[in-house]
Amino acid sequence: MPFIPHTPEEIEQMLAVIGVDDIEALFDEIPTDIRCHSLDGIPEAASEMEVAREVRRMAARDSGALNFIGAGAYEHHIPAAVWELATRGEFYTAYTPYQAEASQGTLQLIYEYQTMMTGLTAMDVSNASLYDGASALGEAILMAVRVHRRSKSKKILLPQSVHPAYRDTAETIVRHQGIELVSLPVDAASGRVDPASLEAFSGEDITALVIPQPNFFGVLEETDALTAWAERNGTLVIGLVNPFTLGILKPPGEWGGDGADIVCGDGQPLGAPLSSGGPYYGILCCKQAHVRQMPGRLVGRAVDADGKRGFVLTLQAREQHIRRSRATSNICTNQGLVVTASTIHMALLGPTGLRNAAAASLANTRQLVERLAPRGITPRFSGEYFHEVALRFDRPVAPLLAAMAKQGVLGGYDLGQTDPALADTLLVCVTETKNDADIDRYVEALDNALES
Amino acid sequence: MSNIPAELKYTKSHEWVSDNENGTVTVGITDHAQALLGDLVFVELPETGKTLEAEEPCAVVESVKAASDIYAPLAGEIVAVNEKLEDEPELINSDPYGEGWIFKMKLADPDALASLLGADDYAAEADQ
Repeated sequence: MPFIPHTPEEIEQMLAVIGVDDIEALFDEIPTDIRCHSLDGIPEAASEMEVAREVRRMAARDSGALNFIGAGAYEHHIPAAVWELATRGEFYTAYTPYQAEASQGTLQLIYEYQTMMTGLTAMDVSNASLYDGASALGEAILMAVRVHRRSKSKKILLPQSVHPAYRDTAETIVRHQGIELVSLPVDAASGRVDPASLEAFSGEDITALVIPQPNFFGVLEETDALTAWAERNGTLVIGLVNPFTLGILKPPGEWGGDGADIVCGDGQPLGAPLSSGGPYYGILCCKQAHVRQMPGRLVGRAVDADGKRGFVLTLQAREQHIRRSRATSNICTNQGLVVTASTIHMALLGPTGLRNAAAASLANTRQLVERLAPRGITPRFSGEYFHEVALRFDRPVAPLLAAMAKQGVLGGYDLGQTDPALADTLLVCVTETKNDADIDRYVEALDNALES
Repeated sequence: MSNIPAELKYTKSHEWVSDNENGTVTVGITDHAQALLGDLVFVELPETGKTLEAEEPCAVVESVKAASDIYAPLAGEIVAVNEKLEDEPELINSDPYGEGWIFKMKLADPDALASLLGADDYAAEADQ
């Protein structure tokens, strides 16, 4: 039997049975003006050898340079054991298995992952993960609207200090659902949301407030004050966090008086390599009271008929195979493989390892800032930063970055790309992967660029 | 055979409706429905004050094997919900026509009650 089932003869036979001349005729009822007749930019089919060569060429563009770019994706040390274990045949699937309960090992791993996430965030519940941080924010907003039934406005306060790509993704996901994303300005001096600016919304029906921590500019938001305002105003809090920083920062479950209601973020910093932008995975946690509105899969621990421990998919009545169109989300899967790696990564590091890596990143970033201060290059914002900092220059940074790249140093993210008013501002991240010699190389490359 | 009290009204979607004779009705799910669903683990109650069209989904009952929408039997406004069900959803299993009531509504048109099924008609429906 041929591997590809549809031979020309078979296609002809099938068409003859239904009385159609050719396959194109099957699509007659789709108006021609809405059909996509060609795929611009998609090249002709290529052989395996040609594709491998092209992929190697693309991969080579990533390697070699010394990387100081963060802006949503972070380079961290991943112990060799992580992917060695994650790519074992027993784990090597990207998917939550069908007949999930027959795969106790996979379910136990997801259960461990959920347990670690709730520990990191100090929330009650974690799901089995979503696709990435940006779509997790979109899902968190949809979830907040479902949870907060008393709030009729469906208005969400979304600070401009949230990653621009996340804001775009959230907008795409929620815009046809009658949800209004209200842009919340950032204080130009501190680089974060001024809690006093929320007073303008006091007494107004606001469904939820998004709090990024750290924010896109690397600055720490005043999470306690922002959460306290939300609690007073009957507004839910969606925490958008970098989980790596929770080795040190106060977890969102402890913000303000009662903590965040929903927490989302991207899990990439915990065990996933940069790999040109993905695959990463999304985190979603919440308070117990909100769990029935949580999208995605949930693994629970149970006992079988003999009283032995077992793992099951739980609260499945939320999901689309049971609730159909009224499910909490169209997401019925998770980023299984990356979560596997991430769980092993967290288990290897443990709370102490995670704290040490975060502390080393923080110290390295401060070291670079100190080294650059004598050159008149200083943090643009007065708000405290974590392992990423926005530095202000006396000129546009784009040409400097190009000159540094020629010397093998990726010097940071040009904030002018997202806001022309910040063309003189560079977002730099120095993780634990960098040593003193690397920071020397950065300074040298930058000095060369400034002189040229 | 399930219990279908003769004095109640019914819907095809397995809600029972009890006339409180003051313009309001009490609504729950039938003994037949609770038996089909199995052990209930969660009830999502409607909001008091919400105005509903007839046959509009307004609550959810979730059992160990399924989640099912509860529909407003007639047009009207929710005036009370059984908050005890939040902690004890199993009341619907143990006493579907009594302590397991779900919500009360003020009918937009009290005469519309007559359009609902009687016990015999519902028994025939449930038999199918």
